[in-house]
Amino acid sequence: MLTLKDIGFNNMKLAIASGKGGTGKTTLSVALAQASTAAVQLLDCDVEEPNGHIFIKPEFTSHEQVGIAIPELDEALCTNCGKCGEICQFSAIVTIADKTMIFGDMCHSCGGCILVCPQKALHEQEKVIGSIDSACACGRNSNIEFIKGTLDIGQAMAPPVIRAVKKKIRPDMLTIIDCPPGTSCPMITAVTGSDFVILVTEPTPFGLHDLILAVETMRSMALPFGVVVNRAGSGDNRVSDYCSAENIPLLLQIADDRRVANAYSRGEGLLEAMPELAQQLRALIDKITSDVDTSTKGEQ
Amino acid sequence: MKEIVIISGKGGTGKTSITASFAALSKNAVLADCDVDAADLHLLLAPSEQESHPFFSGHIACIDEQKCSACGTCQSLCRYDAIVAHEGKYAVVASSCEGCNVCVTFCPEQAIDFPERRCGEWYRSITRCGPMIHARLDIGAENSGKLVSLVRQQAHELAQQQQCDLVLIDGPPGIGCPVIAATTGTDAVFIITEPTCSGKHDLLRVLELTRHFDIPAYICVNKWDINPSMTKEIQDSARENGAQVIGTVPYDSHITKAQIAGKTIVEYGDSIAAISIKQIWQNFCAAIEI
Repeated sequence: MLTLKDIGFNNMKLAIASGKGGTGKTTLSVALAQASTAAVQLLDCDVEEPNGHIFIKPEFTSHEQVGIAIPELDEALCTNCGKCGEICQFSAIVTIADKTMIFGDMCHSCGGCILVCPQKALHEQEKVIGSIDSACACGRNSNIEFIKGTLDIGQAMAPPVIRAVKKKIRPDMLTIIDCPPGTSCPMITAVTGSDFVILVTEPTPFGLHDLILAVETMRSMALPFGVVVNRAGSGDNRVSDYCSAENIPLLLQIADDRRVANAYSRGEGLLEAMPELAQQLRALIDKITSDVDTSTKGEQ
Repeated sequence: MKEIVIISGKGGTGKTSITASFAALSKNAVLADCDVDAADLHLLLAPSEQESHPFFSGHIACIDEQKCSACGTCQSLCRYDAIVAHEGKYAVVASSCEGCNVCVTFCPEQAIDFPERRCGEWYRSITRCGPMIHARLDIGAENSGKLVSLVRQQAHELAQQQQCDLVLIDGPPGIGCPVIAATTGTDAVFIITEPTCSGKHDLLRVLELTRHFDIPAYICVNKWDINPSMTKEIQDSARENGAQVIGTVPYDSHITKAQIAGKTIVEYGDSIAAISIKQIWQNFCAAIEI
């Protein structure tokens, strides 16, 4: 069957996620991008602890700040009526007696206080919470456009930085999104809008428990997904048993191999340690692309 | 009473295995699982649940289809892309709604309800290693930071009631909202890392955070023998950044075997990892005077 990739066009958005941390999201994301024969975007959306650059070793050519809009008060116009504090759900703006105070770290940038102020005493100003670095033509085959999001230390809210990174997604290219761990807002922000999600886990009780949470999250968001087991052989069969009982596609098992652990510790990727995997990873991209393509046509 | 939190920056370096081992080695501690996104401590400590409580936090917008005139005001004001239009009707995407109240306030038809939002559940339990407070965030729910704060507060109160002298907190990965909620105001941060470029990179970010909040930090390198020179590099830069180095744990497949058996590594024979973790616990107790 002819796939989109065969005609040189693959614009799939492929997210790599997991419930548990440290299962190999970055390892797999980097290896998939390196294995791809076509041009690919690799987005590091694990903005609290971005690591993709350690393996890609990009020369960043652009650096930009990510800000969120927080309110600023013109005290001369403010009558301390308190309406801003009433609409705010995050205790980010409070009027006590004759003083209105703003707590920028609590603000979710909803814009409510500005809309509701009868005196137009509030306006938005930008507060920097992180940054985005980009590099073109990275990787051994110079086929990777690498974009890294970083949350500044001491800042609490990762989702605005993740959303800013995802604004860089090009419509005409395969995009691989390296997601943060967990199942709450940062992970959900990162996987939202993707065509397919690969959940990476390891064959242990922790791995299975957190995989189940991630599977429930995918199902609640109605996103198609499959599972890759990393360090296969280091634990037991509980993950593969679960996947077959739940009819979840087990896409690939990557064997537990000291070569990979040693290479990883030096900042070298999966393909440096196990070059023989490149063929399987290319086949995996093709298979997912063709499945996504078929199901999209099915819906139409 | 002292509050100690175990974090890592990078995920999967051994936070829960270490916390559970410390729980088994400590005499009079309350345990708190603050990795509410992906809580795993219960898999090793098998808590028997005494109480469960729903966790409500904030509100969620709900459009009443009957009253909605499909004007689209809500969608144009929403900053979170949480309102979608489908066949002339508007609906709220629960996983994107941050409960900000803007659409509710400005809907000209007053067609948007704003009920309290259930975000999860928290539990008070008993384990063989002491009492435990843990929680589960609902699928796709927000506000894990607030649930972390709640778990900590409950653990603190329980420790006071039962006159325990230590609260041991299993922390979340990363450096954002849940980590800030788990670390601020604790007496010490125990950081478990691994001798990899990623481990080092993430450790330095975590140490910047602990300095930012002025909390004493202690570090331990897990699987140190995977890369001895990286272990040394990490220990040197941890010291330069004001952290105290408290020991190393060798790579040991018994850790996974113990996990499969539902035990902590220190309860699973005299493996090389168990021996070093016991030593680390002694060093750590001496360092923080417990």
